Amino acid sequence: MLINRKEVEQIAVLAKLHVSESEIDAIVTSLDSIVEMINHISEVNTDNTKPMANPMDAVQRLRADEVTETSIKEKLLSMATQTDEDYFLVPTVVE
Amino acid sequence: MNNSTQWETVIGLEIHTQLKTNSKLFAGTDTTYGASPNSHVSMLEAAMPGTLPVFNEKVLRYAIRFGLAVGAKVIAKESTFDRKNYFYPDSPKGYQITQLNHPIVEHGTLTIQDKNGNDKIIRINRAHIEEDAGKSVHDKYAEFSGIDLNRCGTPLIEIVSEPDLSSAKEAVTYMKEIHSIVTHLGICDGNLQEGSFRCDANVSIRPVGQNELGTRTELKNINSFRFVEKAINIEIKRQIKLLESGGKVTQETRLYDSDKNETRPMRSKEEANDYRYFPDPDLLPVVIDQAYIDNEKQYIPEFPAAKIIRYTQGLEIKPDDAKIIAQDKSLAEFFDETVKSLKQAKAKTAANMLLGEFSALLNSNDVKVEDNNLNVAQFVGLLEALAEGKISHKIAKTIIEKMWGTNLLAEEIIKTEGLGQVSDSGELETIVKEIINNNQSQFAAYKEGDMKMFNYFVGQVMKQTKGRANPAQVKTILEKS
Amino acid sequence: MKLSGIKSISQALHNKIISVQELHDIYLKRLNTHAENLNCIINYTPETANQQIKAAQALIDNKQAHLLTGIPLVHKDLFCTTGVNTTCGSRMLENFVAPYDATVVKNLNNRGMITMAKANMDEFAMGSSNENSYFGAVKNPWGLNRVPGGSSGGSAAVVAAGLAPIATGTDTGGSIRQPAALTGITGIKPSYGRASRYGMVAFASSLDQAGVFARSAEDCAYVLSEMCGFDAKDSTSAQVAKEDFSENLNQSIKGLKVGIVTEWMDGLSPDIKQATEQAIAKLQDMGAQLVEIELPTAHLAVSAYYVIAPAECSSNLSRFDGIRYGHQCENPVDLNDLYVRSRSEGFGEEVKRRIMIGTWALSAGFYDAYYRKAQKIRRLIAQDFDRAFAQVDIIAAPVSPETAFKFNTKKDPVSMYQEDIYTIPSSLAGLPCLSMPIGLVDDLPVGLQLIGHNLQESTILNVAHQYQQDTNFHKMVAEGYDE
Repeated sequence: MLINRKEVEQIAVLAKLHVSESEIDAIVTSLDSIVEMINHISEVNTDNTKPMANPMDAVQRLRADEVTETSIKEKLLSMATQTDEDYFLVPTVVE
Repeated sequence: MNNSTQWETVIGLEIHTQLKTNSKLFAGTDTTYGASPNSHVSMLEAAMPGTLPVFNEKVLRYAIRFGLAVGAKVIAKESTFDRKNYFYPDSPKGYQITQLNHPIVEHGTLTIQDKNGNDKIIRINRAHIEEDAGKSVHDKYAEFSGIDLNRCGTPLIEIVSEPDLSSAKEAVTYMKEIHSIVTHLGICDGNLQEGSFRCDANVSIRPVGQNELGTRTELKNINSFRFVEKAINIEIKRQIKLLESGGKVTQETRLYDSDKNETRPMRSKEEANDYRYFPDPDLLPVVIDQAYIDNEKQYIPEFPAAKIIRYTQGLEIKPDDAKIIAQDKSLAEFFDETVKSLKQAKAKTAANMLLGEFSALLNSNDVKVEDNNLNVAQFVGLLEALAEGKISHKIAKTIIEKMWGTNLLAEEIIKTEGLGQVSDSGELETIVKEIINNNQSQFAAYKEGDMKMFNYFVGQVMKQTKGRANPAQVKTILEKS
Repeated sequence: MKLSGIKSISQALHNKIISVQELHDIYLKRLNTHAENLNCIINYTPETANQQIKAAQALIDNKQAHLLTGIPLVHKDLFCTTGVNTTCGSRMLENFVAPYDATVVKNLNNRGMITMAKANMDEFAMGSSNENSYFGAVKNPWGLNRVPGGSSGGSAAVVAAGLAPIATGTDTGGSIRQPAALTGITGIKPSYGRASRYGMVAFASSLDQAGVFARSAEDCAYVLSEMCGFDAKDSTSAQVAKEDFSENLNQSIKGLKVGIVTEWMDGLSPDIKQATEQAIAKLQDMGAQLVEIELPTAHLAVSAYYVIAPAECSSNLSRFDGIRYGHQCENPVDLNDLYVRSRSEGFGEEVKRRIMIGTWALSAGFYDAYYRKAQKIRRLIAQDFDRAFAQVDIIAAPVSPETAFKFNTKKDPVSMYQEDIYTIPSSLAGLPCLSMPIGLVDDLPVGLQLIGHNLQESTILNVAHQYQQDTNFHKMVAEGYDE
């Protein structure tokens, strides 16, 4: 096994996904087969190769420091499930 | 460990400096503080699907200026943005855009004075650009937190020091110095109450003589100079107590509670986080050339340290006064403008009055220099009138109070209120003679050399003239009599 | 009337042989007849269409119309469109109405095109069979028990069945080319950076590109020219002048050097290999010169892709948390429960799988061995292509190792991922590529992939158009869908 149950559970915590007891074995199996496929990338030596983050051979464009947006508060709040006055609501955030 | 162990403190600071831009880091959204919740939120900050970031040039330029100001060895010709992944309601994308691997500024230094007054160099590891998060409001609801995304996406530079600070006091000195730099550069409004300038402190202790660092804790989001000092001191105490009682310091994030003056672990940070940093594929490398960096040099102003030297050596201001003026950007500007226009009056007098009467008026009215209750021209006029002997120092104090909040010049007030010194020696002589006649015995004592009596006569003359007499002239008349 | 190609439809509109409304109604009728059976549409956009019809007719009447004015189309349901749902084929966005138009949508709206509906797709564009849609699988007009390919399967089915002349799609690792091949139509993905990604719900930011489906390369060229263009809202938008990709369609391909990846040809099943070789032979007949080339690192493309794309997706999809929009679970007990249940209920199996793989690949200790390594492989693959394009003008290659397969036949993810072995390499390199129909094997369409060098869209479109001038494969229509 290249990836085990415990790792899958940890990933699920990080990704905020629920993995039920009934599906975990199947998930471990499928992720394991994917990792096996992925592992082929280690076959090639890449010591002198620069990572390619983006196919664009270009540099970041800069935007002038200007306010171009107007308030869309009502629109945004109308899209959310739970709001009160001007706030989005979530179950209490613990600091 | 036993109780005789001598402990040494090691502190590193991470200062979050909000940049004073019109618009946010990656969208043209208003950054003005204090708007109603969620009114300064564009689709980007609300993390609407399909929205994309575009980099604000002002942020780049401000970060370069900071790098230049702290003599950074590296202002990266190519810097990149990374995503820091975590779920939190005030960070709607589920990641924060920051610079992990290739920050814009690296390896700067800052000189502070240690407790013995010696220069101490604090190394700045890096300053990187990142987005600020929104705010959660906890006290408004029982079972909910309210989320306000106005602050979300506001540009920050995070200034990370090496662990070169060895006391809470040094930490505060360093923080104040950084504060002074960013406000002098004009890249940050420096408002601690509004959260424009906040600090995380990494604190650890080790026995004196030990080389390796002790386990550190991170104190989060301290937003006043006073609390930085208190929080670090209380944390040092806690760590010492812990180690001396045989315990161990846990590496964790702690929150400072200023009401209870204690630190406690942050529950939200307890679950070991793995931020899964990776280069943001929505943004390309930021590439700049040396000319671009050089162009920013013109925006680097004279810093307090240089100002202090100029004030003390060039203008003969007392070191303590020079320091106070130099470290307050608006006061220094006002002072420099004033000095530029002075003719007969001395810079030293200007400094005295600025820190004396002028500052007293600022305090009693609870206003700032930039509120412009008194302009430079008014102040210069007052100083000149004083230097020319038209008014006494005492009258000057009356006049500055009368000028306050008006545009009236000293000349005008002196004229309309009749506050000019009695310079007509005939008039003054008549008054002095009359006082001598009414105080013969005191005059005799004066004549016998009792100098207390001189003050007595000057006082009497001043009383009679309502302070308008020139003391030097009074002396001449007394001597002649 | 026979509807064939944008040019003739446009002429009919301009000459008042047909009105925009009448044209729209013809297609709407076809949609009403077939879309439900094919399950290729998620939502119709009648209000948008009605407004656009009026505006387009006015432009035509005032002789201010463009070639595309009045031409109906269907958008893949991951382009944000104001006023109507943009679901991305997901329960997460089932009721999501975007507050803005994607740049691609806006560009085509500006040319007076008529949006009729939003096409079904694999959830968040993840899939090669369209079986991953929350709204059910799309069926292939060439066999209702077969997949149309994915992830732009709904768009491909719409055009293949003649329910609209044009459909937009997106391609991350083959999501335009493979469904185009499996449904017997032409589909093009431009160079990375040509079309703005603004308003396209992101799957893998460094790979996603918008593109178009049509019957012919010619029609693809007309629409692609208007879709593309620099967009200041997208930092990865290419700063190149707008190009008319239809300009060079009629050039002869005599002397054109066509690269053939021998290794790829050898891996094909005999009948698909035969069809592919025939198409290549046809190009040779037309004057092209064949050159054998090697792409030595391309065999690692799928492996590298399944690190990069899931890693980016794991981060891109974090914004779907149920708080500001999208699916929110009922009665969350605390914040973590809100996150976990909203996401677990909102996302389907494949999306969760990719989020998990991506999360794993980026997690502490794995970054260098996986994400960074995969990015290096990506560069090696791009360099392979650069070397190849020093010798050839275009590369002709298979699109998919097989024709449209039956539903539920690829249950394990890895065998599904192999569907894209020939499309992923050019995606990683950000190159323009298209798929065009070249015949049938067992009554199912086969496509040929043409790959161009960076920004050489007009070259591959020219070759495809010339091929289509000499052949009739692009006119093939599945039984029962004659127009």
